[in-house]
Amino acid sequence: MAYEITAACVNCFACMDVCPSGAIREAKPHFLIDAAKCTHCEGDFADPQCASICPVEMAILNEFGEAANPLGSLTGIPVARLQALAAAGII
Amino acid sequence: MELKVLGPATPSEGGCSKGSCGSTDDQMAHLPEHIRERVKNHPCYSEEAHHHYARMHVAVAPACNIQCNYCNRKYDCANESRPGVVSELLTPDQAVKKTLAVAATIPQMTVLGIAGPGDPLANPARTFDTFRQLSDKAPDIKLCVSTNGLTLPDHVEELVKHNIDHVTITINCVDPEVGAKIYPWIFWKNRRIRGVKAAKILIAQQQKGLQMLVERGVLVKVNSVLIPGVNDEHLKEVSRIVKEKGAFLHNVMPLIAEEEHGTYYGVMGQRSPSQSELTALQDACGDMNMMRHCRQCRADAVGLLGEDRGQEFTLDKIDAMEIDYDAAMKKRAEIHQAIEASRDAQRAAQSAKAATATASGLPKGLRSVYMAVASSGQGVVNQHFGHAKEFLVYEASPTGARFIGHRKTDQYCAGDTTCGDAETALQRTIRVLDGCEVVLCSRIGIEPWGHLEDAGILPNGEHAMEPIEEAVMAVYREMFETGQLAPPAFENRSA
Repeated sequence: MAYEITAACVNCFACMDVCPSGAIREAKPHFLIDAAKCTHCEGDFADPQCASICPVEMAILNEFGEAANPLGSLTGIPVARLQALAAAGII
Repeated sequence: MELKVLGPATPSEGGCSKGSCGSTDDQMAHLPEHIRERVKNHPCYSEEAHHHYARMHVAVAPACNIQCNYCNRKYDCANESRPGVVSELLTPDQAVKKTLAVAATIPQMTVLGIAGPGDPLANPARTFDTFRQLSDKAPDIKLCVSTNGLTLPDHVEELVKHNIDHVTITINCVDPEVGAKIYPWIFWKNRRIRGVKAAKILIAQQQKGLQMLVERGVLVKVNSVLIPGVNDEHLKEVSRIVKEKGAFLHNVMPLIAEEEHGTYYGVMGQRSPSQSELTALQDACGDMNMMRHCRQCRADAVGLLGEDRGQEFTLDKIDAMEIDYDAAMKKRAEIHQAIEASRDAQRAAQSAKAATATASGLPKGLRSVYMAVASSGQGVVNQHFGHAKEFLVYEASPTGARFIGHRKTDQYCAGDTTCGDAETALQRTIRVLDGCEVVLCSRIGIEPWGHLEDAGILPNGEHAMEPIEEAVMAVYREMFETGQLAPPAFENRSA
């Protein structure tokens, strides 16, 4: 399984610029990872580059289909608070 | 000593006791002539110039390599004016086309900046492609870039090569412990790094980049976001250090943190500073040349500061425009010459008047008065009250008029129909003018006049087309002469 970009992506180009395999392309409504080209950065870097620079939680799934940056992991906002705000339609 | 409203540099009484703050010619007197020449028509660097000249930003740099607690990368709103917000992301080619179109349509434009929404230097290919094309096709436009500084040292040579003589670095701290409260992570050497370690790297890179730019003669402005309880006290140290290292202007901006922006600070209830906290800190950093006219504009703002004409230059609209840039450039040169001639005349007239005005001696102990001014530019009172989207706030005192800041009537959001804000425009305006006792404008209708008076703010339309500082001092003098400045507190008189 390759890494994958979800609908949470904000199309900021950050992952595309750092991907060593040229596996990421601009697409609508959000950027996409070419599964055939994605190497998980193995052999190039210790950490997958897209997941290490992506600013949006839940936007990238790893090879197991899990969020590489789960809710609350990048901003430090408590998950319960995020869920409450989302439920109230505030964010 | 008695200070003139305008005149030779005589810094005293804190950082900004002169008629005009930001970087006026006077305040920049300590700078070499060639640097003053470089900023005299830069609206963001020179407080006086921003009344006459326009700037634009092109949004070609969406990627970022750090996370700031006041930023949310997901956010966009057509009605908001604040850093990071854009409607349309551009390719370098589109950005070049837009710049040529705007520069031909708005001849007061002098500066093109790249300021995000991400970090321009985390997008070096897109940023430098844009600069390369523009330095070739629009050689009369000054190029600027704003950066978080993380990769700045790597790009200094390239910046110098493209003749970019102004760089803004956002420096919120010089202490990694403070930094860890502002930056949750950075992307550095192919890894995400968190906490104090991340802040330490970012700070070191910023300071190194600042030093390298200064050594190469590039003008550096430092932006800092004032975050109460996090870096408020610390910013005095930041200001001292960046001045020592050669930055020539410091812009301390208030934190914007609304819950609905979804930023860490917004969601976690971090408060923004009040105007008086901001002014107090700016005064406390008085050794440094402080910028006070910043509008915290969008990353795709177009036009004079405080006036956004971005909607006139959307991609579909610029596609339909025919641009003869050579002809436009000639016209721009003529118009800029005319602007300079009128600025010289205005300056000469003002300093002549100011010399007599202040010498006539108002008593030193008089209380100061805040006044709001509606102006659409050129440094004069020339806007109808109802048309003003922002007001310039001045403090009048026996030492003269000093610029305090600006207040937007549509504070961060003008979309009351879509956002469900039931407050009327007039109510909102009255609320943002809180603390001002007078509002100067070219004209005002009967109805708002009454509402303003009821709120304790006296409207004044008698100084239309007069230079702002003269008008402010004339009203102040009148208030003194009619006994309104005598203790106890000001009592509103009816018109």
